[in-house]
Amino acid sequence: MSTTYVLDHPEQGRIEYTDKKRYLWMSSLFMPLLPLLGIALYFAFDSQWLLATPLLFSYLVIPFLDWALGSDTNNPPEEIVPQLEQDTYYRLLTWFTVPMHFIVLIAIAWFVGTEILTLWSVLALALTAGSYSGLGINTAHELGHKKPDFERWLAKIVLAVPAYGHFCIEHNRGHHRDVATPDDPASSRMGESIYAFVLREIPGAFKRGWEVEKERLARLGKSEWSIHNDILQSYAISAVLQGGLIIAFGWIMVPFLVIHNVWAWYQLTSANYIEHYGLLRQKEANGRYERCQPYHSWNANYVFSNILLFHLERHSDHHVNPTRRYQSLRNFDGIPELPNGYYGMYLLAYIPWLWYKVMDKRVLALPHINGDLSKVNIEPSRREEIYAKFGSGQQHAALAS
Amino acid sequence: MGKYRCPGCDYTYDEGQGDIHEGYPAGTPFESLPEDFTCPDCAVRYKVDFEPVDG
Repeated sequence: MSTTYVLDHPEQGRIEYTDKKRYLWMSSLFMPLLPLLGIALYFAFDSQWLLATPLLFSYLVIPFLDWALGSDTNNPPEEIVPQLEQDTYYRLLTWFTVPMHFIVLIAIAWFVGTEILTLWSVLALALTAGSYSGLGINTAHELGHKKPDFERWLAKIVLAVPAYGHFCIEHNRGHHRDVATPDDPASSRMGESIYAFVLREIPGAFKRGWEVEKERLARLGKSEWSIHNDILQSYAISAVLQGGLIIAFGWIMVPFLVIHNVWAWYQLTSANYIEHYGLLRQKEANGRYERCQPYHSWNANYVFSNILLFHLERHSDHHVNPTRRYQSLRNFDGIPELPNGYYGMYLLAYIPWLWYKVMDKRVLALPHINGDLSKVNIEPSRREEIYAKFGSGQQHAALAS
Repeated sequence: MGKYRCPGCDYTYDEGQGDIHEGYPAGTPFESLPEDFTCPDCAVRYKVDFEPVDG
């Protein structure tokens, strides 16, 4: 069974679209099985090594499947988008995902708190739980961009799992406004390693999110230290959840939750790092940055990881139309393309010299940059070095123009 | 009391209703919104981008 959307367009005639991924999106409901798979295998075969299975799946199997299954040809026509947006089925999937993030964290915490495990096993489980909660930030991202209050509330709730309640405010009102500019702590610069980036991104994002919320509350005549603060509301849920886990399962929860939280945040850092690397919006005569264009985001159009990430990898369309729902996001020809899906690119980003080798030339080869370093967002401390290395590229651009 | 629409995402600022959550009380004229006002829903359109809605 499949659903076909039909529109009788006054100029273009009959337009039809079938979402071939319609039922694949249901995999978000089965994703909790992945973080719990290691525990199931441990009980079945009594080996702690098997607890590493979910991590191996994320970093080896997913990049392989992106490569093997290839690109996604599914692309809704713009005219059909309003119908797709109205289809409740898609939004229900994001809603059902929210409680699963609580269940998985509590289940893994229970396992850690009640089994005799080696330190390595606890670490693997904290990272596994953190990866899945990182996916929870992705769910919050999808929900937090939507207009209904109910969905924004769900975003606040799911963000409580990894204690990252400031994300939606900082992301929607900060990152989207400042994306691909030197002012944005969540846009990485050419020559900036992910390890330098994370130290700029995490504190910078928190500060910006808090400032935006503080300004809103000031307009309302309310203190930022009140229950009206959307960020504190989410943190309060985190305190209940994580405090409850510490009370229930003891002090082992403290290092477990710290690693879980930081690893979940680092999943977001990794996504931010690869999404706008080196890309730069130009300043216009009025002092404002040009509007965000499709060539200001890196995309990946692979079937598999896009299914896991609610189309996050169709990032250009997301930045041009931030409130658009995941099922309607589209791929375009001629936009910046990553050579693998996000999970594969994260691995590459963790090895900075290899990342630069693969990505710097891709930045410079983009048609709107064409070797011109003045159109690249460059890490200031490495500016001279990068100009010395790619200076010939700039001459090439000058000759070509 | 006028209405102004975000051309990107169709968010509409209704002067009669203001935007309570954002801290703009009912009756706040569009003109008096801060100059760096961005669309509360999509945040990628500025005050100058908003279009008056007829009627």
